[in-house]
Amino acid sequence: MAKKKNKKKIRLISRTALLLILAAIIVYAITSTDKVKVLAEGDKAPDFELVDLEGNEHRLSDYKGKGVFLNFWGTWCPPCKKEMPHMEDLYKDFEKKGVHILTVNVGEPKVKIELFRDDMDLSFPMLWDKNKTVMDLYNIKPLPTTFLIDAEGTITRVIKQGMSEEQIYEYLESIQPK
Amino acid sequence: MSKIICQCGHENPYGTELCEKCGRPLSDKAKESEVVDMRYEGSSRRSQTYKSSIVDKIWNFFSSVKIGVSIIATILIASAIGTIFPQKFYVPATTPEGYLEYYERLYGTAGKLYYELGFYDMYNSWWFKILIGMLATSIIIASIDRVVPLYKSLKKQRTRRHPSFMKRQRIYGEGNVPNTGESLAKAEEKLKAMHYNIKTEKGAILAEKHRFSRWGPYINHVGLIIFFAGVLLRGIPGFYVDEAMWLREGETRNITGAPGYVLENKKFTLENYTKEEAEEVFGEALDKNGVIAKSYTTDVALYKEDEGALPGSDKLKKVQDYSIVVNKPLKFDGYNVFQMDYKLDELKNMTFNLVNKASAESLGDFTVNLSDPEKEYDLGNGSSVSMLGFYPDYDGIKDGEPYSKSPVPNNPAFIFQMNTPEKPEGEKSFVAIRQTLEVEENDYAIKFAAAETRNISGLTIRKDKTLYILLLGGLVFMIGVIQGMYWQHRRVWIQEDTEGHLLIAAHTNKNWFSLRKELDTLRESADLPAYIDRQDPELDKPEQEGDEEIWT
Repeated sequence: MAKKKNKKKIRLISRTALLLILAAIIVYAITSTDKVKVLAEGDKAPDFELVDLEGNEHRLSDYKGKGVFLNFWGTWCPPCKKEMPHMEDLYKDFEKKGVHILTVNVGEPKVKIELFRDDMDLSFPMLWDKNKTVMDLYNIKPLPTTFLIDAEGTITRVIKQGMSEEQIYEYLESIQPK
Repeated sequence: MSKIICQCGHENPYGTELCEKCGRPLSDKAKESEVVDMRYEGSSRRSQTYKSSIVDKIWNFFSSVKIGVSIIATILIASAIGTIFPQKFYVPATTPEGYLEYYERLYGTAGKLYYELGFYDMYNSWWFKILIGMLATSIIIASIDRVVPLYKSLKKQRTRRHPSFMKRQRIYGEGNVPNTGESLAKAEEKLKAMHYNIKTEKGAILAEKHRFSRWGPYINHVGLIIFFAGVLLRGIPGFYVDEAMWLREGETRNITGAPGYVLENKKFTLENYTKEEAEEVFGEALDKNGVIAKSYTTDVALYKEDEGALPGSDKLKKVQDYSIVVNKPLKFDGYNVFQMDYKLDELKNMTFNLVNKASAESLGDFTVNLSDPEKEYDLGNGSSVSMLGFYPDYDGIKDGEPYSKSPVPNNPAFIFQMNTPEKPEGEKSFVAIRQTLEVEENDYAIKFAAAETRNISGLTIRKDKTLYILLLGGLVFMIGVIQGMYWQHRRVWIQEDTEGHLLIAAHTNKNWFSLRKELDTLRESADLPAYIDRQDPELDKPEQEGDEEIWT
């Protein structure tokens, strides 16, 4: 009788285990929708190295301990153009508070970016992603896309649309180092 | 749930239809039937018997063939519905709102429902994945539930079966022969010659062949599961890449899907057959269609980021030069870059003349590289042209400014400042294709002189680490199909019963005709009683000679 009970127990355990494994696989298949790792809130912001229009090198890791407002843009994109002056207004103040605005142009001709900058009178660093490497690294689809990166280098928010001045202010404040 | 003890003394699990050892019918159903159901050897399928806990109930649900078939039918129907309207891939939209708008606009309420229910992106919808998962679960559980008892009962089967088992076989015969011993010996010899495995027990023979074909369906299921596992792995980043990108001549770009690699397009060439070289083969077609492509080639240079360099840095090392042609992809590090598509003649350079309007005299020309324009073009002789504005895809004036709707030079427009010795303060001119605007009347004008074009290669980047897993799955699947299809598990029982009659019975899982033919051959060499196929009694009777009285 004891043997039979034991057998029944083994059967229950093995069946439960197999069913649970299969259920876990199904849940995994449903939740993993991306074949490429797409950056999301909470992920570490991948490091990169780009030059700005003046030829200065910028590494994301140079800004460790500071907040980074990382904005991807193109000159032909109207919402990008619209939010740029707001960023310019807030850029200097927040730099003192330890939050940096970095903008990344997605591979347009350099002269085009310079004309745009001069036309709009912008003074924050404009990084030039000539080969679209950083654009692919951050899986940029719509423009503008903005990443808020805190002092620890963690992405706290991904914004895939244009922003008003109030929103930009709030976002900049949210990544101010304490 | 007690064991069933057969008259022969063997203990059978609860639910057994035919004794595992001697084959006596045990259940009422088996006892009443004339020809016994031999599926799974009449063994006890566990799933059909234990119904106590919730786990057992779930298990039994998936063990059912009916449920399995229903799941397959559901997947088939869903897949059919998924073809009614185009899938997401073919829809020119990128946002959820865009997709909804597209389906609603074109297909109305049905389209909206199609979108809402996830049919528009079916393979990625949660319910489709659940269905496939349920199918895999059903395949695994149903197989386990059947293969284990089948294996056990085939292993336990005894040579001498009880007459009641013999009598209930589809092929059965009994009768008297002059010399039982001789008949059995001859039958054994002949069966051996027919490649049967023989087991004997005094006065009884069990001849069996191709038992392995019974495992075919289960091997086949193992192959399916391996295949599913491979497909599942594709969802894990790093295992599977299928990306596409456009690369312009002269452009150097990060390879989508292959981080750390950069590709430069040096030249794209489209070659067509000429009438002379292909007259014989394509002559007629050339007359009809005009052109036939001969080859598509992209000459590229592959670069890799230096060890330890950060993405985006200029620290690149050239790996190789290569000419990608159709079916000869660029291969590196598990990736394949295929020639897939092309666009011809996008504007590359534009050459302009600076001319004096009055005298129509040229002060020189300059060429603007549209993918890398310069700020100022020095024409010598004290004149120069500076670029004040560049609109690669000019689309009218918006908010008082020229507007470019994309970064692609489809319709370039410029604002130039012309600095000449006569007008050192400069004159401004807006220049677009077939259009020139001036703020005030200028003395000088910029005239379009010539344009150069370039081609664009459409490349596909693929990497598939699961390919060999899928291949293995397919191979195992086919082995299973073949072993189940081309061989049949045949058994012949011959024995002398207690009264000295000779009994003969036979069973096969398919192809009864061949089994009967084998038995007929056997009866030519050994003196055995006539048999009958009880599902087709008329067919065989006249062909056999022997003692037929027992049937009448």
